[in-house]
Amino acid sequence: MTDATQTAADAKRRDSASDFDTLAPSPRELMRRRACSHWGLIIGLSIIAIFLLVAIFAGVLAPHDPYAQTLSHRLADPVWGPKGSWNHILGTDALGRDVLSRLMYGARLSLYISFTAALIAAVIGVSLGIAGGYFGGKIDSLVVYIINVKLALPVFLVALSIAAITGGTVTVMILLLGFLTWDRYAIVTRSLTQQMRDQDFIMSSLAAGSSHMRIIFRDILPNLMNHIIVIVSLDMAVIILIEAALSFLGLGIRPPTPSWGLMISEARAMMFFKPHLIMVPGIAIFILVMAINMAGDGIRDVTAPEGRG
Amino acid sequence: MANFLTRRLIIALLVALTVSIVGFSLLRLSGDLAAVLAGEDASAEDIARTAAQYGLDRHLIVQYLDWLFNALRGNLGQSLFTHEPVWEMITSRLPVTITLAFAALFFGLLIAIPLGVLAAVKANTWTDRGALFVAVMGQATPNFWFALILIYVFGVWWRQATILGVRLAEIKIFGMQLSGLPISGGATWLHYVLPVVTLATFVMPAIMRITRTGMMEVLNSDYVRTARAKGLSPGKVLFKHALRNAILPVVSLAAVQLGFLLSGSVIVESIFALNGVGYLAFESIKRIDFPVVQSILVILACSYILLTLLADIINAKLDPRVRLE
Amino acid sequence: MSGAHHYNPDDPPVLEVEDLSVDIKVPAGTLHAVNKVSFSVRPGETLSLVGESGCGKSITSLAIMRLLPKAARLSASKIIFDGQDLAALSEKQMARLRGNRIGMIFQDPMTSLNPVYRIGDQLEEIYLRHKGGGRREARERAEYLLEKIGIINPTQRLTQFPHQLSGGLRQRMMIAMMLMCDPKLIIADEPTTALDVTVQVQILQLLRSLQEEFRMALILITHNLGVVARMADHVAVMYAGQVVEKGSSADVFRHPTHPYTRGLLECIPHPGQSATRNKLGSIPGIVPSLVGRIDGCTFRNRCNYAFGDCATAQVGLRDVEDGHSYRCLLPPETFAAGKLEKA
Repeated sequence: MTDATQTAADAKRRDSASDFDTLAPSPRELMRRRACSHWGLIIGLSIIAIFLLVAIFAGVLAPHDPYAQTLSHRLADPVWGPKGSWNHILGTDALGRDVLSRLMYGARLSLYISFTAALIAAVIGVSLGIAGGYFGGKIDSLVVYIINVKLALPVFLVALSIAAITGGTVTVMILLLGFLTWDRYAIVTRSLTQQMRDQDFIMSSLAAGSSHMRIIFRDILPNLMNHIIVIVSLDMAVIILIEAALSFLGLGIRPPTPSWGLMISEARAMMFFKPHLIMVPGIAIFILVMAINMAGDGIRDVTAPEGRG
Repeated sequence: MANFLTRRLIIALLVALTVSIVGFSLLRLSGDLAAVLAGEDASAEDIARTAAQYGLDRHLIVQYLDWLFNALRGNLGQSLFTHEPVWEMITSRLPVTITLAFAALFFGLLIAIPLGVLAAVKANTWTDRGALFVAVMGQATPNFWFALILIYVFGVWWRQATILGVRLAEIKIFGMQLSGLPISGGATWLHYVLPVVTLATFVMPAIMRITRTGMMEVLNSDYVRTARAKGLSPGKVLFKHALRNAILPVVSLAAVQLGFLLSGSVIVESIFALNGVGYLAFESIKRIDFPVVQSILVILACSYILLTLLADIINAKLDPRVRLE
Repeated sequence: MSGAHHYNPDDPPVLEVEDLSVDIKVPAGTLHAVNKVSFSVRPGETLSLVGESGCGKSITSLAIMRLLPKAARLSASKIIFDGQDLAALSEKQMARLRGNRIGMIFQDPMTSLNPVYRIGDQLEEIYLRHKGGGRREARERAEYLLEKIGIINPTQRLTQFPHQLSGGLRQRMMIAMMLMCDPKLIIADEPTTALDVTVQVQILQLLRSLQEEFRMALILITHNLGVVARMADHVAVMYAGQVVEKGSSADVFRHPTHPYTRGLLECIPHPGQSATRNKLGSIPGIVPSLVGRIDGCTFRNRCNYAFGDCATAQVGLRDVEDGHSYRCLLPPETFAAGKLEKA
């Protein structure tokens, strides 16, 4: 042995690999880091949280009864208007109802309808999607056919018609929108399940004797969860917009229930004299939908950064 | 190609048939049509008489087949209210809606594609973020509300005697009325400006985003790197090599959006009082004019099916890898 | 080992690169992807850049072409191609050279051709761009080259789309495309990695014979030492963004001096051994992260000979013999065969 190797061997003991920064952070840690630096996600979630708090505590927060008509106080200006007062911060509508209170209860209604309808749509769409993607063959052909029929059905027109015939109660709205917006869940989960079906872990699960149901609930569904959450958020945004439009056209939620779309509809006749009556609920819809979309995009960026756009 | 077309057309026909069944059942099972037609105070006897008068007392399947066979012979029946032939009611109003939808799609594409390309080229810069923000905003704006804002801004805020040649008084009428008389016949292209702006804003965000995503993907592709390694000018790389590939998903989306626009015209035509199919649909729905609603439903479904088929054919022309077999 | 020289060692180099560095901005800081790399290549000569993936060899080639991603910054004391300093050219001037006098062939022929245009269009396009002339002239040139590379019915092939061709055929088309303008230098980035083994040999032979015929310089980027042995006149072994050993391929293969090169050569399978070990990654240990400042030798954590100074000293390239240099603190005799066993 030469001196050089002697030193080298000694050095090797002192100088290990640890002085290089070679440790990569875990995927979960990376996800957390991406989430914390994703402004869209943070802003979106914060706004949703505010709306959610207002919706839950509307009963406590609302300064007035949203149904109470004060005929002496009809069309009161908002606080920034010439005759505004802090009593009715956002003024009153044509029947003398407090706009802010109606807005708060409207948030409750919007979130309730959109969330439950999105859940119904998710259950329908995901079931169909997984069934088609997992079993393939005839079942898949049937699922594809059902999806095609659904896509060809003019959603808005069907919703309007049924709402017109049945009368727009909240339950009808929820069922209607749930049954009319499941296509995106089905399409996405079907193709993801197809990709997953042939992967090793499913194969080994099958080989180990797991039943189909077990594989679907234990292996496939958990892997779809991130995608489903993203679609739920995007779907909620769409549902809020459709519900507002239906109510605006007078065929959705019926008066006197405080719905944002209905508030705009009711204010339409006064829009040139009291523009804030259409602005306020419109902006509420706009902000909530934007926040939900931002959060949805954010969740997608954070959980699957390769699928951006 | 011929084979593919026949097969697709048969599937399209089946889908259209299923949609007509689904539409029929949904509309008929969600309420008693005769009761609604007879009016609120009608007695059971009145309802029965109305049902007999309109043939609503027959079995639903008989009614559907009756409707179907008439429809196949080109007879869509009569309006329950105006007693006009439904086919004529729809065809006379179709030009308005088609003009509206195509103009909106045209302007939507005209703005959305360049914006999407720009965002992709300048990915992760402020330009990109700005474009995305515009898209997010566009997606979050309720279009009926946007239409009202347009009316307000153009009609009142600017307080001009004429807006784009349309008298202020008329615009005021637009804003106030929903149940009043729509403009029929005399509509000039000026009446289309605001509705088209509203609908174009509605289709733009999705097209812009899919252009951006597609373009980003393509710009990172190996063949675009090859194009650059060939020393081609940036314009050639972008428009000849990249955009041609990125445009493929846009074609499919545009077809779907056009379908949405046809049914989205319900809102816009109602607000701007344009007497198109959307307005007809809305009026008919309100008075539960079943033959009209059912016919419009099926026509919209068929146009959606044909549009997506058309998109597939265009894509096959654009992309040699897609085989129409 | 490469056979007879096809180049004249006294010719001036076509490309001379000195101290080429590429820094890439990443969220965690600055990634030193390529660190002061120097080499040169003469007409008719093949230089091979060899190393594991991520060692900076591909980035080096993209840097020469000035096709680096936006986040990357290029610096060099010189990149002289045919008397012109590439680093000083405007983007427009550079575009005039690309595909014209410097051709580049990429790894994956399946994705490197544009799927929506006919092969003929893609070949003609490069000629029309740089040589002008008519479509007919371009078409004739394309047919001539396709015959040259051994394609049986060129006229018909030119009307086909990429997806209608096999991988090997597509790579031939890429090669033909880059020859359209008769370039002086071809950079081939892993040109055979994505292909079947039998096709690999054909493509390499083709490159070799075309290079001889047109007296092109070739920079061959690969991780496969078999390819290097078959093709290269000179070799530059890269590790973690640096050249750790370079010289004529005869010298490097006969007297590998840097511990990394020696490790690589030991990984080459011998007859009868499984071929799956014919990969550079078989040396144990991890390549260090190239983000931020790196002191000392970058190979020390995988090196059997590492000692204290390796972590701190400036390790420069030094000569083993004339034209053969390596980057290590230990003298070449340390590694002479049989003189010592690995620790």
